Amino acid sequence: MTTASLRSIYPAGPTYPSPASGEGIGRGFDPRRLRREFPIFANNPDLVFLDSGASAQKPRQVIDTLAEFYQRDYANVHRGVYSLSQRSTDAFEEARRIVRAFLNAADERELVFVRNATEAINLVAQSWGAANLKPGDEILISDLEHHSNILPWQQLSDRLALRLVVAPTDETGELDLAQFEARLSPRTKLIAVTHISNVTGVVLPVTRIVELAHERGALVLIDGCQAVPRMPVDVRALACDFYVFSGHKAYGPSGVGVLYGRYDLLEAMPPWQTGGGTILRVGYDHTVYQEPPHRFEAGTPDIAGAVGLARALDFIEALGREAIAEHEAALTGYGVDCLSRIPGVELVAGGQRRLSIVSFNLDGVHPHDVGTVLDQYGVAVRVGHHCAQPLMDKLGLAGTVRASLGVYNDKDDIDRLAAAIEVAREMFAR
Amino acid sequence: MMDLRELYQDIILDHGRHPRNFRKIEQATHFAQGHNPLCGDRVTVYLALDGERIADVSFQGRGCAISTAAASLMTEVLKDKTIADARALFAQFHARVTGAEAGQDLSEELVEEMDRLEPLTGVKAYPTRVKCATLSWHALEAALSGRDGSTVKTE
Repeated sequence: MTTASLRSIYPAGPTYPSPASGEGIGRGFDPRRLRREFPIFANNPDLVFLDSGASAQKPRQVIDTLAEFYQRDYANVHRGVYSLSQRSTDAFEEARRIVRAFLNAADERELVFVRNATEAINLVAQSWGAANLKPGDEILISDLEHHSNILPWQQLSDRLALRLVVAPTDETGELDLAQFEARLSPRTKLIAVTHISNVTGVVLPVTRIVELAHERGALVLIDGCQAVPRMPVDVRALACDFYVFSGHKAYGPSGVGVLYGRYDLLEAMPPWQTGGGTILRVGYDHTVYQEPPHRFEAGTPDIAGAVGLARALDFIEALGREAIAEHEAALTGYGVDCLSRIPGVELVAGGQRRLSIVSFNLDGVHPHDVGTVLDQYGVAVRVGHHCAQPLMDKLGLAGTVRASLGVYNDKDDIDRLAAAIEVAREMFAR
Repeated sequence: MMDLRELYQDIILDHGRHPRNFRKIEQATHFAQGHNPLCGDRVTVYLALDGERIADVSFQGRGCAISTAAASLMTEVLKDKTIADARALFAQFHARVTGAEAGQDLSEELVEEMDRLEPLTGVKAYPTRVKCATLSWHALEAALSGRDGSTVKTE
């Protein structure tokens, strides 16, 4: 199915009412109709899926693309002289071009296929970091980071005697820009921050962060896992140096992700993992490596995964990222409104602009118990520390219950969440 | 849908809210920590052994209703039992909550104690929650095995 035919299936849907004003906002689309494109819901008719922040469900066209690709065009890439291999290679490289266009990168060689965002961050840490950082250099992160954007830097800091510096959020959940700026020093070489917090849903001021970083000669890596599926991302407009995301959170297959890196940076970086596919000429004494991105794609990649991811990005583009952002922002607002009205529900602050993620606790009830009750009502949420234990420690929480949205969610889902929370509240009331 | 009340029976809600023996034993002869990395919950089990007899047993930590109630009920049934009794109960309890075959037969006295743990066996219908029910028992086993101060994980 092409992007054009998708558009004909999902024309501008009925206007989605704003919970705050009661009036329609923006173009919107119809999540109920859209849900039919996701076979998981046909097979689980009572499912209220509010865990897209962990991994999104897959539209039929992505699932079909994987099956079709394996059935029609599959062979290893960049190796065979036969036409089937060429077809597979073409599909893989076409996927790279689709990712380039999606992120508005300048050059398709700036896109490296990896397993997921975690691997992308580790790649930058081990390749760029190890080659460019010296003892005493500093890496600045926010206190909202996922373990995957802490541990690679922590390990590198231990190895190279770097300093890992943390910029705090304020009590409203926003990154404190003054505190952030105060932590920038001449030794700051890299800033690694998330675009949207996977715990609070706050959207970070990444444009300003990049400006501040570049004024001081530091590079910026942005973890775009939560942003890519739900808002426009333009790496050239952001002017960031690295941008990473996982395919599976963006309606694509699991096992494939993307590293965007500015070409001049990638070109100067040594291979991280070495092996087949990365070389021009190998001798026992000396090896000449390929140019990016192939230098960083050792071994046979997830070929079908990349092709499926490209289809998922087409799917997002067809719906329109502005429209998705509007839809999810409206629904997030509705969720905040509904949950705030339930006695005993304490929302984790998500700043002025919170997108698609609402974390909360129910007074006196452990998140795991809330999750089990919700599950009995078909409501799938994530409970626990969300791979952000330092943030939980700061908030003084053992964990939270997190509802996160996707394009297929609507107000009914929020209403069923709220109803199930009420059941949990009554069950555990003293 | 399974009735949630089979999982959250009154006795579990009660022990979850008001855990018994929720304290540190200053003169503990053995102690160990249990950790569930999935949810970050931690429990420390303290033992005061008098020879083979469990003279006192207590716990501290944070956890969900299931893990707190399981630890609380565990401390209640273990007081004045022998180490061998404790291990026999754990084996039986573990089998009951995982739906496995129980091993050895329990003595009449232990059967009665096992009955007190019966409300927790509702977790067998909730595979993700079995670890909550067994966390304190794993910590107990670590403490009894002399791995003082060690941390066991419910994996």
